[in-house]
Order: sequence, then C-alpha cells, then structure tokens
Amino acid sequence: MGIERHLNDTVHVTNLEWLVNWSRKSSMWPLGFGLACCALEMIATFVSRYDLARFGMEVARPSPRHADLMIVSGTASKKMLPAILRIYEQMAEPKWVIAMGACACTGGIYKNYAVVQGIDRHLPVDVYIPGCPPRPEALMDGILQLHAKVMKEQSLHNPPIPKIRSAG
Amino acid sequence: MKQEEIQEKLSTAFSSEVIQAVDEFQGQIYVTVAQEKIREVCLFLKNDPDLAFDFLSFVGAVDKYPKKPRFEVVYQVYSLKRNHRFRIKALVDETEEASASIDSVVSVWPTADWHERETAEMFGINFNGHPDPRKLLLPEHWEAHPLRKDFSALGNDQDTPDLPPRVRN
Repeated sequence: MGIERHLNDTVHVTNLEWLVNWSRKSSMWPLGFGLACCALEMIATFVSRYDLARFGMEVARPSPRHADLMIVSGTASKKMLPAILRIYEQMAEPKWVIAMGACACTGGIYKNYAVVQGIDRHLPVDVYIPGCPPRPEALMDGILQLHAKVMKEQSLHNPPIPKIRSAG
Repeated sequence: MKQEEIQEKLSTAFSSEVIQAVDEFQGQIYVTVAQEKIREVCLFLKNDPDLAFDFLSFVGAVDKYPKKPRFEVVYQVYSLKRNHRFRIKALVDETEEASASIDSVVSVWPTADWHERETAEMFGINFNGHPDPRKLLLPEHWEAHPLRKDFSALGNDQDTPDLPPRVRN
C-alpha cells in the first residue's frame, strides 16, 4: 500500500478506502489470455464497438505481473489448468477473477473427464457470467458488477486474502 | 490397384498364419494380420513396388470389450504413388499378467509416432520399440485410458485428477 504514509493520515479513513477502491476499479487491467470461444467475445468487448477503455481497462496486459483481473474466458481443460494456476499465482495482489461463460462457471456442456468442472474449484472467483458464450454486453455487465464489488471492499481494514482451494 | 488385387498380393506373399482373416465392409476389404508380424507386413506394404504404400494415414484402435481378444489395432495406409488405399488390422489382447502390446511401425513410417502415442494413452496398448513413448494429449500423471469401454466418461478424482500430485496443495 504505502499511500497512508504519503498522506500522513490526514484523510478520513473511510474516504481513503473509497479512494483506494475507486483507483483500483478505475484502472483494472485485465490479463490478455483466452481459453476458448468465449475469448472471441472478450476480444469483441475490448475493441472499439464496445470499448472497455471507458472503464479504464483498455490495456490487456500480456504479462500477469501487470494485470489485476483474470477473465477465465472459456473451457479450462485439465491439461491447461496448471498453466492457468501458474499465471494466477504470478499476478500481483490485489487481483480478481471473472469466470466467463458456462464452461468456466461449471464445466458447461463438457461434463467429462477432460474438463475442469468449474474454475472455482481452483481459483477464487469474484463474478460468474452465464452464457454460451456471453455477449459483450454480458461481460461488461459482469465487469461493472465487479467494480461495484471492489467499491464495497474493505481494502485497508480487512483486505481480502484469496485462498486457492485444492482439488482433492 | 483394386482392393481385391492388393488383398490377393498380400495373401500370396504371406502364409495363412500371418493373414488371419479377410473381411469386407461396405465394399472395403480389410485383412487381419497376426499381431507378431505387423511390422513385417507393413514393410512389405511399403516396399513392394506395386503396392508402394508410402503414406500411413492413421493408426487407431477399437476396444471390443468384453470380447476376446480385446483390442483391434487398425492401420489405414495410402499410396501417393499409385493412389490406392488399404486397411489392415491386428488383434491384441490384454491378460492379467501382461498389458496389450504390439510392435511399433515408426521405423516403417515415421508418421506412426504420434498416432501410436495417442493410441497407447487412450487404450493402454504398448507399442514395442517406439522411440518416444510419452503421452501425447493426456496429462502425464493420469493412469486411466479414456477410450476403453469400461472407462466412465465422467472420470473421477483418482483416475483423472485435475492437477498432478505435486501441484495440488
């Protein structure tokens, strides 16, 4: 954090928390990675017609170390899962996860041995977006829901510490 | 060459112990060859100047569970030179003591490499003499063979865990 030291505790804590949350949600950079067909809808959301830049998210970071938001966009196969977890672990705190589409939420139509039955078995998901695939409007709605959630976070008093649940 | 001529040529070149059966399905002839002789037959198919099967289209398998022998390994071959195709099969069985195994044909057609790796992981058939017997598609830590008939398509946490043991917390 460090922002409290710069302000010498002169700002009311409630407002400071609001300011921190507002800063976080206003420049929440997503990680540029896609898993399946949902990724195409995600790409459509980034480009000019829907224009995520309006929400301060115009840069999809190729490096997980620059990213705040992981959009799990599509089917997570079990073979891909170790790579997804590794990327997630490389992201700096604070970080958020959106499960985009039926597959990321529950495994979707792939009720079989090869697909992770919901990414929330392994990652702390903040927002679930249903749809197969969800339209860009749905993704944007999910992102705005996440923004609302970030604004309610007790980011200074009680920062959330996400825990990765084990598969077993 | 017509399929009948190819089959005729095979039957004259090899004894009836090697060519175990000749069958037809929807106008396509296929021969079942003895499992121990598969590499020999494949070499003949490739090197005979009339047959000239220089291209291996596919290697796969069929699980006939609970029939015995349990597996059919299927080879689809094609000749770019002569523009004809043929199919040969070999029956492979699994016993309590030994897993199903058959000789690799990578030394005949290098294409067989990945096809045999996929068949090996999906059915649990060993390809003897394969130069690189790793898994192709499935995670390394899985013991299960998903295309076997007695495998549940849903998988379970023992056979098809989400994560390898060392990554799991």
